[in-house]
Amino acid sequence: MSITLRGRTVVPGVAEGEALVTHETISGWGGVNPMTGTIIETRHALRGQSFKDKILVFPGAKGSSGWSGVFHLTRLTGMAPKALVFNEMTTKVALGAVVMRVPAVTGLDQDPLQVIETGDWVRVDGDRGVVEVRKAAAVRQSS
Amino acid sequence: MTARAPSASLILTDAERAMLDGREGKARQKAMLLLVRYAEALGAERFVETNNVAGVPGTYTPFLFNYYGATRENAYDLIYSRFDLDSDEVVTVPNMTVHSCHLQGGVDPEGWQILGAKPEALQASQDSEQAASAKGIEILKTCTPYIAGNVPARGEHCAWMESSAVVYCNSVLGARTNTEGRESTSAAMLTGRIPDWGLHRDANRFGSHHIEVDVPVESLMDWGMLGYFVGARVGERIPVLTGRYGTPDLIRYKHFGAAAASSGGVEMYHLVGVTPEAPSFESAFGPNRPVERIRYGLEERRRTYEELNARGTDRNVDYVMLGCPHAALEQMEEIAGLLEGKRISANCNLWVFTSRAIKAVADSRGLTRTIRNAGGAVLTDTCSAIGQALPPGTRVAALDSAKQAHYLPAIMGIQSWFGSTRDCIDAAITGHWNGELT
Repeated sequence: MSITLRGRTVVPGVAEGEALVTHETISGWGGVNPMTGTIIETRHALRGQSFKDKILVFPGAKGSSGWSGVFHLTRLTGMAPKALVFNEMTTKVALGAVVMRVPAVTGLDQDPLQVIETGDWVRVDGDRGVVEVRKAAAVRQSS
Repeated sequence: MTARAPSASLILTDAERAMLDGREGKARQKAMLLLVRYAEALGAERFVETNNVAGVPGTYTPFLFNYYGATRENAYDLIYSRFDLDSDEVVTVPNMTVHSCHLQGGVDPEGWQILGAKPEALQASQDSEQAASAKGIEILKTCTPYIAGNVPARGEHCAWMESSAVVYCNSVLGARTNTEGRESTSAAMLTGRIPDWGLHRDANRFGSHHIEVDVPVESLMDWGMLGYFVGARVGERIPVLTGRYGTPDLIRYKHFGAAAASSGGVEMYHLVGVTPEAPSFESAFGPNRPVERIRYGLEERRRTYEELNARGTDRNVDYVMLGCPHAALEQMEEIAGLLEGKRISANCNLWVFTSRAIKAVADSRGLTRTIRNAGGAVLTDTCSAIGQALPPGTRVAALDSAKQAHYLPAIMGIQSWFGSTRDCIDAAITGHWNGELT
């Protein structure tokens, strides 16, 4: 069984993969190592974890104006997430999503941070602004 | 990226349409195309004109140079096209028609060896600087353009990078900018446009959270801690402060805003009765009701201090870094004054970062010489976090900037202590951290 969330397109395109969820905002420059795709911010819940090829589900961006530049670099190094799902629109996350060239959706009708957990299988349809979620528990049962 | 028609909700002027259609040349077309993608991502309905853009246009490191297979001849156009404009096609970058400046970055051309920079990094920095300068970009090389020659006027629409400069621009000067990125500022330099979104619009400049300051906030260190506390509590929203603070000066604004933009994403704040868009509590909030009232008292102050010192255990300090954001002249005077006739510990390095503009004045006043005579270094263009440069073998740093205390340990994997400028100079002289909350 899947759950469908509806919002609006930030960047078009379609991608699917495993979710990596954080309830904390993410710093780009100084918060992420673009060479490894890992979160490095002191005390961040995801510290040491990589978002490479994950569907990154997060509240939004914070910190330095180098956000777009650092996430842009992750595209060059092959460390970028596959798609972005987030709540709070800012210039940092909008520009970062654009230059990362990954599907991105925001403004969803249910809070993605409440619905999606790390490990869930998520399909992001950036063209229609739709996010489909298959819970990890269900994925395990069917396999 | 291939051209496609902008969405119906984005309204373009004839001049913008002409740029998008390529009638103003390839570079402006690619720049406009990126700005359209960006405006659509934001959900903006139009662009605003700007004649004040601060970014890091076309700057490159050996990584970008090698990644794109550049040569010294084609590097600027190649990297500006591929990275800055996110264009798959390489275009020739024309001279800027918009007032544009280069923020911090690259390598200090005088102190590069102290910074431990490799000759190829210096070469890349100097080549991209020369190319940018030839296009008409002012090379300020600082995170503090507002004390190095670019002071926007109230109400002026800007497109600035550098979160600490953005929050200063909006809150202290009453000019208007969102936190732009490298790609959007480089595109704005070619087009004079930026999405009319966020803080460019009156309705988005009012406060959201009420911060009641219930403890006296006077010193630079206290303003840094207050900023760090506020940013963590309000995130990307707009705090309105009332209570027990005096009228801050430039360096207190600088440290407060930089801290709030690091622990959170604060791009604008109001100090009731002080900052230009907050003559009263009511005018600061406008039509908004405060979503939350947050008290900053002794307990909050103590906890903030502890958070900023959470990455320090060893009190033997081997590095003191000052000048985040880049030191203002009064800070250079204070540092030189504290070091007059003193000698820093043989086990410790002291680096003071500032802009080229401030350093020129400090040189002529003899302040740089005083700092050097004590064993310290005055460096420009970068900082330890931006340049990822530490004295060899650094394990424990002392910092007077909450922003730097937030970033440096995370980026460089070292310990750090946070305190006053005096605490830091004391640590440089004794090699030992004696700072405490008083």
